[in-house]
Amino acid sequence: MSPRADAPAPSDSRVRRFSRAERLVHRATAALMGVCVVTAACLYVPQLAELVGRRALVVTLHQWSGLLLPVPVLAGLASRAFRTDLTHLNRWGPHDRVWLRSALRRLPGPRPAAKFNAGQKIYASWIAGATLVMLGTGLMMWFTHLTPLVWRTSATFVHDWLALTIGIVLAGHIGMALGDPEARKGLRTGSVSGEWAGREHPLWRP
Amino acid sequence: MGRRVLLGTLGLGALGVVAAPTLQRGMESFLGAAADKDPTGLTGLLPNGGGFRYYSVTSSVPRRNATNYRLTVDGLVDRPATYTLDELRALPQTRMVRDVQCVTGWRVPDTPFEGVRLSRLLDAAGVRSSARAVRFKCFDGAYTESLTLKQARRADVLVALRMQDKDLSHSHGGPVRLYVAPMYFYKSAKWLSGITVTEKVEPGYWEERGYDVDAWVGRSNGRDDEPTS
Repeated sequence: MSPRADAPAPSDSRVRRFSRAERLVHRATAALMGVCVVTAACLYVPQLAELVGRRALVVTLHQWSGLLLPVPVLAGLASRAFRTDLTHLNRWGPHDRVWLRSALRRLPGPRPAAKFNAGQKIYASWIAGATLVMLGTGLMMWFTHLTPLVWRTSATFVHDWLALTIGIVLAGHIGMALGDPEARKGLRTGSVSGEWAGREHPLWRP
Repeated sequence: MGRRVLLGTLGLGALGVVAAPTLQRGMESFLGAAADKDPTGLTGLLPNGGGFRYYSVTSSVPRRNATNYRLTVDGLVDRPATYTLDELRALPQTRMVRDVQCVTGWRVPDTPFEGVRLSRLLDAAGVRSSARAVRFKCFDGAYTESLTLKQARRADVLVALRMQDKDLSHSHGGPVRLYVAPMYFYKSAKWLSGITVTEKVEPGYWEERGYDVDAWVGRSNGRDDEPTS
């Protein structure tokens, strides 16, 4: 399926991409995730642990930021724009497969995408699932008397390895954002240039 | 689609928890073997990559050496004492090789510790008949630990001066740390500075925060690790 050439978004105007509520959800989630990752590193990487110390405080910060991590998204459900975006993220069209294949093979040229491209869709649902797994295993490690003892060692194992995976994926997510100032502007100001929208999200009809 | 990926991730997570014991054994043996041949030390940063982890409960720990280190022995004793590092080194040394097991899960196999038996220091101080427990203080200013007198007198409890056949480094709790071989490693207080004989066991730093006071490896804290001693 090729991107439709009719009715391209006007290239010089700004296009509304995210509402205030959506930007707040992203910002709050990013902040909580940031605290989670930084405290995790301070608990885990020996050199950082040696530098920071204060283990009980760092543990408390990590536990609470982790526990609160799903809250912004849950609160965002009150926003219609946010719910609509969740629907967009959940919907997988034939163009998404084209986008994914072209991205995986690093083919040049435009890739078809609606408001969210296939990579963003997979990232969003994977990070949501991974966050819930981290929350579940984290709770097992936190409230040690609630679950049988074998579970806790297993939970620690999953928590450790998934943490490493999330770290890598998150670095990719941030790396992509660093490479695309207009995408960042979209999340900062709420609007993007029509030219960018037409290039990156040709199937998106705002 | 999004929902499927999300549920799939959740399912994999649950599967991971179920399969963890098997996976973990495999990972440990693989990474353990890899760590032996890894000059970069990067395997040490992977989960179950082997080796010690550094835990401190304070923001910074003062450094002590042969000139300014002191270990006091006091409380319910007839002859309170203060030892310098050289005086401790001059006492008969015991070397033990056991696994180290942390309550958070990591285990370091066959780690040599060397030092003075705690029972020797207690005997030298003359423990009074009313005494039931021993309390440990650390020069990080925060960490504390306790043992019952009976536990403290065990032959596998040392005031350790050396680890892995080297003088204890600062990050491993040097110059002197406690070494309680049969218990989870939080009992082996780093940066040991004081031994006080008391009437009853007072919970230590992590024990105030939920860990078991009697921390036998494999029989406490809800864990079933292989005993270390």
